[in-house]
Amino acid sequence: MAWVQLIVFCAVLLAIVPLLGGYIARVFTYEARRPQTWKQYAVSLITFSVLSWLFLYLVLRARMPWDLSFNTTSSFVTNTNWQYYAGETTLTGFIQMVGLAVQNFVSAAVGLVVAIVLIRGIAGRPLGNFFEDLTRAVVRILLPISFVGALILASQGVVQSLDLPVASQEIIKVLGTNGGGFFNVNSAMPFENPNGLTNVLEMLAMLAIPASLTFTYGRMVGSARQGWTIFGVMFAIFLAGVVVVYLAELQATPAQQAAGLTGANLEGKELRFGTGGSALWTVVTTATSTGAVNAAFESLTGIGGLVPMVNLAFGESIFGGVGTGLYTMLLYVLLAVFIGGLMVGRTPEFLGKKLEGREIKLIVLALLVTPLAVLVTTSIAISTDYGQASIYAAGPQGFSESLYAYMSQANNNGSAFAGYTGVTFADLLGGLTMLIGRFAPIVLTLAVAGALATKRVAPAGLGTMRTDTPTFAGLITATVVIVGALTFLPALLLGPVVQGLTTQLF
Amino acid sequence: MTAVATPPAAPPQRPAPMRPSRSVLLDALRKLDPRVQLRNPVMFVVEVGAVMTTVAAVVGGGDDPRWFTVTIAVWLWLTVVFANLAEALAEGRGRAQAASLRAMRKTTTARLRDGGEVAASDLTRGDIVLVAAGEVIPGDGTVIDGIASVDESAITGESAPVIRESGGDRSAVTGGTRVLSDLIVVEITQEPGKSFLDRMINLVEGAERRKTPNEIALNILLAGLTLVFLVVVVALKPFADFAGTDVSLTTLIALLVALIPTTIGALLSAIGIAGMDRLVRRNVLALSGRAVEASGDVDVLLLDKTGTITLGNRQASEFVPMPGVEEVALAEAAQLASLADETPEGRSIVVLAKRYGLRERELGTHAFVPFTAETRMSGIDHEGTRLRKGAGDAIIAFVEAEGGQAPHELRSVLGKIARDGGTPLAVARDAQVLGVIHLKDTVKDGMRARFEQLRAMGIRTIMVTGDNRLTAAKIAEEAGVDDFLAEATPERKLELIKEEQSHGRLVAMTGDGTNDAPALAQADVGVAMNTGTQAAREAGNMVDLDSNPTKLIEIVEVGKQLLITRGALTTFSIANDIAKYFAILPAIFVATYAAAGESEGPLAKLNVMDLGTPQSAIISAIVFNAIVIPLLVPIALRGVKYKAAGATALLRRNLLIYGLGGLIAPFVGIKLIDLVVHGLLGA
Repeated sequence: MAWVQLIVFCAVLLAIVPLLGGYIARVFTYEARRPQTWKQYAVSLITFSVLSWLFLYLVLRARMPWDLSFNTTSSFVTNTNWQYYAGETTLTGFIQMVGLAVQNFVSAAVGLVVAIVLIRGIAGRPLGNFFEDLTRAVVRILLPISFVGALILASQGVVQSLDLPVASQEIIKVLGTNGGGFFNVNSAMPFENPNGLTNVLEMLAMLAIPASLTFTYGRMVGSARQGWTIFGVMFAIFLAGVVVVYLAELQATPAQQAAGLTGANLEGKELRFGTGGSALWTVVTTATSTGAVNAAFESLTGIGGLVPMVNLAFGESIFGGVGTGLYTMLLYVLLAVFIGGLMVGRTPEFLGKKLEGREIKLIVLALLVTPLAVLVTTSIAISTDYGQASIYAAGPQGFSESLYAYMSQANNNGSAFAGYTGVTFADLLGGLTMLIGRFAPIVLTLAVAGALATKRVAPAGLGTMRTDTPTFAGLITATVVIVGALTFLPALLLGPVVQGLTTQLF
Repeated sequence: MTAVATPPAAPPQRPAPMRPSRSVLLDALRKLDPRVQLRNPVMFVVEVGAVMTTVAAVVGGGDDPRWFTVTIAVWLWLTVVFANLAEALAEGRGRAQAASLRAMRKTTTARLRDGGEVAASDLTRGDIVLVAAGEVIPGDGTVIDGIASVDESAITGESAPVIRESGGDRSAVTGGTRVLSDLIVVEITQEPGKSFLDRMINLVEGAERRKTPNEIALNILLAGLTLVFLVVVVALKPFADFAGTDVSLTTLIALLVALIPTTIGALLSAIGIAGMDRLVRRNVLALSGRAVEASGDVDVLLLDKTGTITLGNRQASEFVPMPGVEEVALAEAAQLASLADETPEGRSIVVLAKRYGLRERELGTHAFVPFTAETRMSGIDHEGTRLRKGAGDAIIAFVEAEGGQAPHELRSVLGKIARDGGTPLAVARDAQVLGVIHLKDTVKDGMRARFEQLRAMGIRTIMVTGDNRLTAAKIAEEAGVDDFLAEATPERKLELIKEEQSHGRLVAMTGDGTNDAPALAQADVGVAMNTGTQAAREAGNMVDLDSNPTKLIEIVEVGKQLLITRGALTTFSIANDIAKYFAILPAIFVATYAAAGESEGPLAKLNVMDLGTPQSAIISAIVFNAIVIPLLVPIALRGVKYKAAGATALLRRNLLIYGLGGLIAPFVGIKLIDLVVHGLLGA
């Protein structure tokens, strides 16, 4: 049954990609009334985000202390939706609606337009105007789909009233890869995700825009194959993750075995979704940077818990967040081009544009800022008393909680190994991590777009390395995996891998 | 454009010393100076690590046995020395040549035309000097008066003297070469200390080496990777502490050095120097590393037809008699008319006539009529008959003046030969047109295959010729070039380059004459012939000492090989890290989270290479990391094997060898070293 669900799910996804991808390409192919340079674009984007942040902070202060407000505001403005609070007790429906849901829309739109700017830069077109792009993203893409989606969810039993505006927030939570639940237990709560159908619809909504953007990219650079190559890479890694989690969760955990239980690990899972629906969701929500959960990650087996962390280690590039996934993947592609390009005997070029010192500097920085932030913040968190105060479990599980918290926040995912609790220190360190992990790569990506946009284009010949072949797809995959593995292998060993290799209880 | 004589088939390659001499070893030690290392962030980190472990070894303390710390320190120093050695070795190869060049720069005095003498080293641009037979030319310049044969063997290695004369395309002389005959007046064109010879010495020694754009970009990537691994290793300390595992400083440094891309970091500059050096061995001087790199990117090659694609001398290939004339009679008349003609065309007619059984013979009384621009024919007056050969209309005018009539078939034969890319020469005896000689420009052997290779590499070749369109099209087809520029003038050539560049293509060309200078300067890779003018030599960014225009193809290959070598070793270096993780991390965490009463924890299972002890595992990884540098030096110096092929095939091949190979090789290598370190030495 789980396999059938997986196949149907993939088939529907494949059907959505060209339709939605083509539509998004049309929405963003227009002449901006006031074209901006990458710097002007970045200034507009940052200004908009700062104002959003101030507004949300003041709204949340009505119900939250300053430190939690700082963390939650940073969390929703950065599309992370890390939650150190329980929505139903801490906030009112009204605050969720005017504060959080608004950011669910605009933070997704901000990520989306950055990807579009990078595509334009690669295609050598004018970069566009931030406010025009943002408006189009919200009005022509996110709002219409959310409207229809909310109605469908409500028809399946998701609550929608002025006191509990759940369906309206639920749909953008998944469509915008936000992930911040109306309720504390997120999509495991029947009011958010009542049945198998809504479970599948919400998963499709999470993947819809990130997956379709690969097609948008192919369309906008004038070669569908370029887009499908990237889709293929993402899809292959995604599928591998699903299979691993599913197979891992069919086993009992050491604690269950010690208690004489056999069969699948159903701890922390909703029986209405089962192992299949939970495993698929786990990978979808961590591959995309959504972070909504329908099962407790804390209760996953060692290897089952490894996969979400690996998705985070890949920098949310396997589909990833709305926009953020594509631009991160494109940065990996540029890195792969630089190394592979040399091996065909030419100075590296991507779609006719030479990659030189300036671009490489920006690309390397953009790709490394987030992992470095993770390593530094995790180190601080586990080696100080302030940081250790948040840890719930002992041993490798406790390490995983901390590592996961900062990986999730730096990558703007928002899911958690549930034991990790918010204290002032964790609020501030996490909030800072989210802001760095969001805006440093965005500004650097815009700079890459600016550098590429004005480059001379050399025509492709037989001697030019093609970036739409299976060989190159293999090179991209290897680049993503090796960069992720080299950065995070030691950390992963001490968390989920230790647990996966032993039957000891900690 | 000068017709260049057929060059020697294979230019003598200078031997390459591979064995490190004592001076190379000294050099490698001298480069340990941290100020030198600072230019290379990767190796600088290794050196800092070496210093820190040395201090740890001296001070002692910690849990590590002292022999372990000492061993790691020694191998870290060796890693730095190996890297220095690679660079010194690459530099050393150019040094021998520099020494012989330097010997030529002996202090000479120059004789000024206005009287007086001045030291050669004080000459500046605009000075005019006299150089007589037996004297050494004191500086680079242009012959403004006179003609002389000059021995340039010192710079070209070619022993035959060359002619240098004022005006025209052979006016450039190089300081340090020797005049063998006659007297020339030379206008100096160099500033003191910046002569061609000085530049050559600097180039072959690598003293003037600046990092090329691609090297800079690659260095940024390597520095970025080094930074990441630095943070990864520093973060490992608190991570390990949290897991209750103590990691020593020595182990952390060993892990860091194993992870950072030392292999490519150590070999990067050697690869660049060796690339220039491979060109020097082919007698090509690249005036900058940037030019060598650019030659790998070339999309379009402009090749002169004459001397490059064709042999350059038209040869008689066929006699076409007029109706009523025996072929043998035509051959005989053509032979007689050419006996006194010493041009290559004339000689080829005599050779072709031999096939009709006609031997060369002594002529009786005869008068040779030489070719002139007005008559456009030549011939012989012999035993009362007047034999003439020449351009079609000139011969028609000749027979009509003699009172004859040209047969109407003549024009169609002339037209057909021209269309076929040949040059027709009509032959007449008195008032009768006997027929036509078909002169053909022969395409050099093997050119078609060369162009096919270039096409596979994605490079388009354009033939440049002064011929008319018809002739050019025919030869272009025969040679298999992709395109041609007929009736070429220097201006049209320049336009063509700009046109190609406006489409984003990189253009390479060769040239020798002064009128080539603008095109040479405009081209991305401009190879000037050493026989050419000073203007051409200054406009180009490479000089070919053999003056062999075909060499452009080799230059492109060297450029590509240079870039591939860089990419391949970078890939290899990064792919190595996976195995090093599998050696060192299980060694560090062998006892972490071990169950009560057991010495090994769960992570010990990751010791997939089954290395003996934690210490031997770490030492083996570091030793592998160090010795892989000298093992790869030959590849860095010679370049990876390059076969002309499409980009996708090349990528697949190199990914397989250096990517997959780089993944697997260290697993094998580290295991083998561990067998020695643990098995034999008992570590």
